[in-house]
Amino acid sequence: MSAVERTGDDPPFPCVAGEGARRAERGRSVPRPHPPPAPSPASVGRNDITGLGAFVLGICLAIAILAFSASAFAIDPLPFKDRAEEVRFQNLARQLRCLVCQNQDLADSDADLAKDLRKQVFDMMRSGKTDDEIKQYLVARYNDFVLYDPPLKPGTWLLWFTPFVLVLIGACVVVVIVRRRSALLPAESGTASALATRAESKPAESAPAQSGDDW
Amino acid sequence: MIRRLLPLAIFLALVGLLGFGIYWNTHHEMTEVPSPLIGKAAPPFTLPLLYEPGKAVSGADLLGKPYLLNVFGSWCPTCQYEHPILTGQIKPLGITLVGLDWKDEPDDAKRWIEQFGNPYDVLITDRDGRAGIDFGVYMAPETFLVDADGIVRYKRIGMFTPENIRDELLPKIAELTAPAKKATP
Repeated sequence: MSAVERTGDDPPFPCVAGEGARRAERGRSVPRPHPPPAPSPASVGRNDITGLGAFVLGICLAIAILAFSASAFAIDPLPFKDRAEEVRFQNLARQLRCLVCQNQDLADSDADLAKDLRKQVFDMMRSGKTDDEIKQYLVARYNDFVLYDPPLKPGTWLLWFTPFVLVLIGACVVVVIVRRRSALLPAESGTASALATRAESKPAESAPAQSGDDW
Repeated sequence: MIRRLLPLAIFLALVGLLGFGIYWNTHHEMTEVPSPLIGKAAPPFTLPLLYEPGKAVSGADLLGKPYLLNVFGSWCPTCQYEHPILTGQIKPLGITLVGLDWKDEPDDAKRWIEQFGNPYDVLITDRDGRAGIDFGVYMAPETFLVDADGIVRYKRIGMFTPENIRDELLPKIAELTAPAKKATP
């Protein structure tokens, strides 16, 4: 039983708006730099082409260009005043999580709520808010969860430091094992001193307790 | 002996951890985002009434006694499932029930209300969804319990069921009314 069924929660807006074609176009639709304005299919059709081959080629070209331009505008276009503003917006939107499709960022999500939030972020940018203020605005409403990069604070220490602690523990285990083994089994091709150590530790070595390091 | 059993112990610990993960996932709504508004003042809003668009209701108008703010929409199938529960189980509690028609066309909302009935004492519309964003709404239905001072006390994400009304909502409402009774005499 899926989580959604269990509480009857109903993500109201589909994560991907349309079917088929729209879905396909979204497949590569992270709205990066907009491509130069594509010629309309009509203008492609107006080329001086004769023969079926050229005609088919033209159609294919038109479809390809259309698909490409459509993919760039799959996300609702916002009236950016310049490239810098757009880059800033995209950068910010990529750091924010869509609450409906929780594994998508705001830039990538087609959910209706994500559209609203993009609009909100855009309006706040226009009203002169800094990136941090905008993030704070969303965190105050939707929790730290909206940030893809969780902030470092007591509540997230476990999240941030557990991996390092585990690596440290692993390293300690490795060091202990290596030390024990090198103490018990000096290299056969060792130097005279190594052989001497070996001779000293011989009684211990010959003891059957070696099986301890079998893991 | 202990050294021989150590790998087994580690394995069992790992099994335990993964088992706990499965248990936890099946008993918690993993997509639920806890609201940062709990314990804080409800965000201010001023929204038109669905049936009198010229008249607006604000958060300040609702202060003085606790209310439930139920976010719904005519486009939301789960709200249909929740509707009889609102009518049959929450309305009888006597708490003010405010309906927030979220991101919806007023005409659709009116049709929906006319079809299923109106359990709400106050019915307001948030057509562009801005008030919803202020409340941190991300799906419907969602319900906020706001106390007499305008502080958000509880949020339910998803529909109310008889179980969570009994286990969550009723105790929260009781908390609100108990100190008030002490304070008045």
